[in-house]
Amino acid sequence: MKRLLPFPYLSTALLLCWLLLNQSLEAAQVLLGLLLAIAIPLLTHSLLPLPRSHVRRPWLLFRLLALSMVEIVRSCFNVSRIILFRRAEGIHSQFIRVPLDLRDPYGLALLSCLINCTPGTVWAEILPGTHDLALHIFDLQDEQWWIDTIKTQYERPLIDIFEG
Amino acid sequence: MNGLETLPAWAAIIVIGMLVLGGAIVLIGALGLMRLPTFYQRIHGPAITVTLGAGAILIASMVYFTAAQSRLVVHELLITLFIMMTAPVVSMLIMRAAVYRDLRGHKGGFVGEGDVYRQAPDTPEDAAAEK
Repeated sequence: MKRLLPFPYLSTALLLCWLLLNQSLEAAQVLLGLLLAIAIPLLTHSLLPLPRSHVRRPWLLFRLLALSMVEIVRSCFNVSRIILFRRAEGIHSQFIRVPLDLRDPYGLALLSCLINCTPGTVWAEILPGTHDLALHIFDLQDEQWWIDTIKTQYERPLIDIFEG
Repeated sequence: MNGLETLPAWAAIIVIGMLVLGGAIVLIGALGLMRLPTFYQRIHGPAITVTLGAGAILIASMVYFTAAQSRLVVHELLITLFIMMTAPVVSMLIMRAAVYRDLRGHKGGFVGEGDVYRQAPDTPEDAAAEK
């Protein structure tokens, strides 16, 4: 079983994708989907650039994604309000530096996706030679607030999920 | 437009609300792209388009086709998934390209947008010269 399904989450996701694409639960489609779900991870296994990482607490991951979804909607309205009602000179766009404790590459990848999905913040890079993140904020009011939010709301759960 | 006449009222209200919201957000995103002055501000305009704008329109699509065809139509979820996986990568690439362009153009870092990209002066003489 372990040899046939080395990546159970990926296989499940692929099967779900296939069924959604075809919009059917017919036996033939399920069979074809299962075939793909088993074959694709086995064939692409060697393309994986890093050693695989384990998600330790799937429930925490689910909760983090749900919270981020709420945060995305909230920031959307904030950014819309600023674009509509604020004079362009009054917008304080700035880079800030956020020291990160997260080291797991998969965790960092997910963190960058979540931050970039949230309107108003764009991940620039991890500054070379450090573990500091250069983050661009659309309208900066309080630098410390942003750092605290990123660290408690996003980074802490990710550390628990990937390194805990 | 088959199915439009038979659409129940609750579905019509949700579809209309979501389409208006999505359309408004996409418009505001485009407006931001047009009237914000610097590149680093303009990058935030389209971010609302691809998240809430696209999301609201996709929800409208799901509700409309589910109600009109009386079966569950949710393959729009895949579009959401792919947007959520690709949009962050694109915005990060664009951002980094802009940062490196500006770092190359201004020796010693560019200072207009905070001091993250300001490089420390190499020698005490440089520091003195800067003062």
